[in-house]
Amino acid sequence: MSEHDHDHTPITSGDEPAAAVRARALEELLVEKGVLRAEEIHVGIDWLVSRTPGDGARLVARAWVDPEFKQRLLADARSAALELGLDPGPSPVVVALENSETVHHMIVCTLCSCYPRALLGPPPAWYKSLPYRSRAVSDPRGVLAEFGLEIGDDVELRVVDSTADIRYLVIPRRPPGTDDLSEEELAALVTRDSMIGVARPALRQW
Amino acid sequence: MTYRVGEPVTVAARAHGGHHRTPSYIKGKTGRVERVHAAFRNPEARAYGHDGLPEIPLCMVSFARSDLWPAARAGASHRVYVDVFEHWLEEAR
Repeated sequence: MSEHDHDHTPITSGDEPAAAVRARALEELLVEKGVLRAEEIHVGIDWLVSRTPGDGARLVARAWVDPEFKQRLLADARSAALELGLDPGPSPVVVALENSETVHHMIVCTLCSCYPRALLGPPPAWYKSLPYRSRAVSDPRGVLAEFGLEIGDDVELRVVDSTADIRYLVIPRRPPGTDDLSEEELAALVTRDSMIGVARPALRQW
Repeated sequence: MTYRVGEPVTVAARAHGGHHRTPSYIKGKTGRVERVHAAFRNPEARAYGHDGLPEIPLCMVSFARSDLWPAARAGASHRVYVDVFEHWLEEAR
């Protein structure tokens, strides 16, 4: 740190949450030590918050209407995203997992908050919360019930803990009664939570 | 040592002082290899500014709820699928 006699804004100023203070201190250090430039940090944050679950939804809707695309998505989700002109992000491998009548997947990161951000946008606060991260692996049916999702005892429930370099995206089941919908209309049914595996896509109620 | 899909494996029960990506709830537990992903740089070295080379194969290993939490109340079961770097895996005990 350079020597100076002027006062900085106190690091614990105001009602800023502790995590925000830590993040800001880290950012200042990274810039000060020349690891990153402030513009790079802002560009990165701007990119991240501009991603939306709409991109993941496009992948799912295409998979629903095109079985061959679905096979390519299951084999290599990163390439499938590029095929639709979507940005799969920096993670080298994205894996799509298909829900069916007999198998249900839900995703968690018990160690932190790993998430396919490029295709789904920033993760929801609950995804990063300690209760979700701890209970998703020990009592997933209880957690899903709190989301309003009942998974039958005859359905094989797979909880996927994304602990390392792979990012996981759930392909939810196509809702019944949607045979007449276009791919765009189908994509509008695919919610963020359904691609985490804690909800089903549903026809709008209004 | 490379593991095959379907093979039973046990996660090493060792402690690790620094950053690592093996959650404690699977340490010492036995599961089944579901997928062998690509190899990736070792996060235990990358976390401290090293390159993490050589890359280490990453395996998706599944565990039965009854093996992870034997005391869990009765009810429908589930499996937990966890990505584990190969150097944390041992022959099934």
